[in-house]
Amino acid sequence: MDGTKLEEYWKKNVGLIRNLLIVWALVSYVFGILLVEPLNGIRLGGLPLGFWFAQQGSIYVFVILIFYYAWRMDQLDREYHVHE
Amino acid sequence: MSVEAWTYLLVGITFALYIYIGYASRVRETAGFYVAGRGVPAIANGAATAADWMSAASFISMAGLISSMGYDGAVYLMGWTGGYVLLALLLAPYLRKYGKYTVPDFIGDRYYSHAARAVAAIATIFISLTYVAGQMRGVGIVFSRFLQVDIATGVIIGVAVVAFFAVLGGMKGITWTQVAQYTVLIIAYLIPAIAIANVLTGNPIPQLAFTFSDLVSRLNQIQVDLGFTEYTKPFQGKPMIDILAITLALMVGTAGLPHVIIRFYTVPDVRSARYSAGWALLFIALLYTTAPALAAFARYNLITTLNGKTLEEVRQIDWVAKWEKTKLLAFVDKDGDGKITIAPGRAFVLKGGKPDFNTPDEKSRNEVYIDNDIIVLSTPEVARLAPWVIALVAAGGLAAALSTAAGLLLAMSSALSHDIYYRIFRPNATEAQRLLAGRIVILLAVILAGYFGINPPGFVAQVVAFAFGLAASSLFPVILLGIFDRRMNKEGAIAGMLVGLIFTAVMIGMMRAPQIFGAPAPVIKDLFGISAEGVGVVGMILNFIVAYLVSRATPPPPQEIQKLVDEIRVPKGAGAASEH
Repeated sequence: MDGTKLEEYWKKNVGLIRNLLIVWALVSYVFGILLVEPLNGIRLGGLPLGFWFAQQGSIYVFVILIFYYAWRMDQLDREYHVHE
Repeated sequence: MSVEAWTYLLVGITFALYIYIGYASRVRETAGFYVAGRGVPAIANGAATAADWMSAASFISMAGLISSMGYDGAVYLMGWTGGYVLLALLLAPYLRKYGKYTVPDFIGDRYYSHAARAVAAIATIFISLTYVAGQMRGVGIVFSRFLQVDIATGVIIGVAVVAFFAVLGGMKGITWTQVAQYTVLIIAYLIPAIAIANVLTGNPIPQLAFTFSDLVSRLNQIQVDLGFTEYTKPFQGKPMIDILAITLALMVGTAGLPHVIIRFYTVPDVRSARYSAGWALLFIALLYTTAPALAAFARYNLITTLNGKTLEEVRQIDWVAKWEKTKLLAFVDKDGDGKITIAPGRAFVLKGGKPDFNTPDEKSRNEVYIDNDIIVLSTPEVARLAPWVIALVAAGGLAAALSTAAGLLLAMSSALSHDIYYRIFRPNATEAQRLLAGRIVILLAVILAGYFGINPPGFVAQVVAFAFGLAASSLFPVILLGIFDRRMNKEGAIAGMLVGLIFTAVMIGMMRAPQIFGAPAPVIKDLFGISAEGVGVVGMILNFIVAYLVSRATPPPPQEIQKLVDEIRVPKGAGAASEH
């Protein structure tokens, strides 16, 4: 693969990583910690929402993020013919 | 059959299974010994990674810790799972593409320097050693709690089992026993949790019972009535900045732990590395989303069972009598009314970190001491489950401790036998010599870990913060920069690692001076509110800054290194590269 194609592939990969890490930080650091007190005013079932993000929700989102990344990279790898 | 007979039976069967698997997957070449021949399917590597990751502490102590911390326990829940996102997105695919056997391998080659390799190898050995002593101790504790065997005998049995499959099968033996161990430990964790969720809320799925029943609201109300703050109220034990720092330090530390990273060398290609990180976290999340539910259920159950009752009344409950005997549960009638009062504060005065059962703490009205470990250990009895379930919990705790110990031992011995012996001192060693060196070093490491398990250095339990802090401040930044910053050179990497390592070690040393050096008081209590557990984050930031500045002031890395960076960025060729 030539250099410009490689740069393009890498840029798309880094862009995807950046977006997913924004979500990663949002659910844990922002919803679970920084905004936990205001969010606790809202309830999800029997739990305050901020507490739910800190002890449940963020973990579910982490799992989804990794599988989503793996799936998107499958597509990107094929598009640029760098898959095995 | 009695609980004890069931425990001997189940522990015996599972140990025989691990030994059989170890024997069936014995290896004859270094690729098998260090990276399981790179033939592990993504989902199996996920299960192995989950067992590797979840230690005796995760299995036995974490739910209890959360139970006593309330919201603040979230640092462990988020911290010990969020790191897998960093691993999957930033490290694992590229390290797998690069191939080879160890973390120092990558750092030494990428930074074309034996000095960098040696620093990384020493960091790996130190991180793994602090961690593994606790695991062997965990094996001994499980044995002593469930089978009334003394701790030393328990440790020796554990050492013998680990030595067998690790020495014979190396990474291959460890991987497949870890898959079996994950299965044992997750079943052992979930059955009691499902049962207690069903008893207390009528909903058998712990996560749903936790979120959608009114149990936590009732727990909040009970806590307020007894003079505590609400269970879900944030920042009761630690300020917000410390919660942020600890969570980040644990996440980054997780991503930088060598025994976790090397698991991703065992899969066939880059694609499998990405998916197996997902499987690993899914398997871990099964336990990590159950733990906070169990924590709240158990706290609710303990308070409502004990508070306001008379001592004679509660001592008629089987599990109360049993755990009171082992001192995991203790009562003292401070006001002489014959009834138990639960209140904030300590029931007994602490002496050297442990409660002194002869000296009630008069500053508090609290009359009950509850050890954190009781939360998981007593659940099957509280939910009135059959004796074999209690035995299964013992087998699960042992599986968690043995699997983590094995992974750590391999990481430690590969740093010594592969990176230091072969790569630095004896590059001409033959395949047979290298394999023999690997086996000898892992055997010595198992024995050393066993020794520390029987005679724990006083500071070990206190400095798990060290393992995460050092991984976060030394290994993680240089691996990340090695992949994402083509211009990063050896001068920057070495300077960054040393600054991060030294800063973090000095900070933790000063904050934990009483535990580590026996000083009367910590030299400093915290750094702008950040405690020893979170200070690795500051070390990590310093590492990044120093590495960047130094690398820009010194010449760029050689052409072939820049080519290597381009190569690890594309997945193609990982399978072929592993043939070499």
